[in-house]
Amino acid sequence: MTEHPDSTPLVRAEDLWIRFRTVHGVIDAVRGISFTIGREKLGIVGESGSGKSVTGRSIMRLLPRAARVEAKRLEFQGIDLLAAAERQMLDIRGRRISMIMQDPKHSLNPLMRVGDQIAEAYRTHQNASRSEARERALEMLAAVQIRDPRRVYGLYPHEVSGGMGQRVMIAMMMIPDPDLIIADEPTSALDVTVRTEILRLLDVLVERRGLGLVFISHDLNLVADFCDRLLIMYAGRIVETLPARDLHQAQHPYTRGLLGSLPRIDRRSERLAVLTRDPAWRDAPSATA
Amino acid sequence: MTARPMIEVNQLTVSFGSGVDRIQAVDGVSFTVAPNEAFGLVGESGCGKSTILRALAGLNDDWTGDVVIDDAQMAPQRPRSFYKKVQMVFQDPYGSLHPRKTVNAALVEPIITHGFDHVNDRIATILTKVGLGPAFRFRYPHELSGGQRQRVAIARALILEPKVLLLDEPTSALDVSVQAEILNLLSDLRKDQGLTYVLVSHDLSVIAHMCDRLAVMNSGALVEQMDVADLAANRPRNAYTQTLFNASLGYGRSTAPPPQA
Repeated sequence: MTEHPDSTPLVRAEDLWIRFRTVHGVIDAVRGISFTIGREKLGIVGESGSGKSVTGRSIMRLLPRAARVEAKRLEFQGIDLLAAAERQMLDIRGRRISMIMQDPKHSLNPLMRVGDQIAEAYRTHQNASRSEARERALEMLAAVQIRDPRRVYGLYPHEVSGGMGQRVMIAMMMIPDPDLIIADEPTSALDVTVRTEILRLLDVLVERRGLGLVFISHDLNLVADFCDRLLIMYAGRIVETLPARDLHQAQHPYTRGLLGSLPRIDRRSERLAVLTRDPAWRDAPSATA
Repeated sequence: MTARPMIEVNQLTVSFGSGVDRIQAVDGVSFTVAPNEAFGLVGESGCGKSTILRALAGLNDDWTGDVVIDDAQMAPQRPRSFYKKVQMVFQDPYGSLHPRKTVNAALVEPIITHGFDHVNDRIATILTKVGLGPAFRFRYPHELSGGQRQRVAIARALILEPKVLLLDEPTSALDVSVQAEILNLLSDLRKDQGLTYVLVSHDLSVIAHMCDRLAVMNSGALVEQMDVADLAANRPRNAYTQTLFNASLGYGRSTAPPPQA
């Protein structure tokens, strides 16, 4: 791992709570977690409902109206995200923090050529002419290793494969040159062979540009291979935080249980270990990451 | 394996569309599955693995080739009695259960359709067998978790006491800890009831855990058939199987070649 000159964290969160008002009362989706994100690849892992996605979205203030976010501190590069005006958020969102979603089929505009969508992302944040934006979009398509950028520029989302769609999404998110990328299950909708290519691409781009990347996923082994540092979330809390390479020395019974429940290609077992959930995990204080 | 195969598929071909748009989704696939064996079909999206399963299940009657299940030659249209022998479990338990019908209704329907007796006993037994218990009988799907719904779907498939279960990605919509429970349940049921499984999955590790033999598919063709032991020892003969195997092991930062810019 190369030490980056700028070692101040991009994001600082202290005692972050995210609550949803529902007809059944208030639900605490995230319960008092603290973490920092630097220029690193940070993996947030957990099962559905553990609060990993809302944590990612809270940094961009992209939560629905019913959500209430409270924190002692929630900062991005010194900007108080809870107090920031919506105007200021428009400058941060997309421009300085961008987000890659799970399924390119649902996050690209079906009625617009993919190249124009990338160019639009550029023009939204940079004062550029149409032709300049087009040139930049073509460069970006080449940067995400699309072989024939000119042809792909003119395609509609339904004409591209899942892997290519995700490359287009990545191009769109990279073109405003952000400092932080939040990737929410970016490869879950892709085939395994395509997944490897997309991860390799993200890895190279993040390394080359010195960005921070938050990788939200349910796939423990994948995240451990890809990221530098891991947060393991359970029931709205961080149960464990550890360097990714140490995943297999994880201490928390929940992390160990998840690892044990995974079927393996290379080792046959009669039965898979079943996770027995300890109510104490819910109530234990959150780890600080 | 000297016993007569439970499933024999010969030169199965399935096409979609017509004229110049005609696509061979499954192109001359042949394989056999022995009684009480678990056979895996693995491949990436669009390779035709689910299409094979749907043709076997009688959900698609537009196919050619030769399919024999339990010594009976299959015609494209299946008689009602076929479904007492062969049942299917689908991927998404949120989509495969009727949201306005209780667990009871989902289980009663096949019993009535096929004229079975002892309705109450059967439902109580099957719910216990899939690890839910009779307390779940009058619940609606929205009152169940994803894992519980998949247990109901398995109960519904098993209530007719079939010999063959066709499993189409039965755990890919579930969290890994729940996946472990469902896979264990399926393993136990196969052992206890002597069931034969055809399991379709994109996840090589699920196939490796559940099956005895597997077939790897790529663009409609079956590229390799192998024992799971050979897979576990990383002895694929085919280049595509090798690619799939490597990709399934994770990202492999240390071994990955640098991308061409």
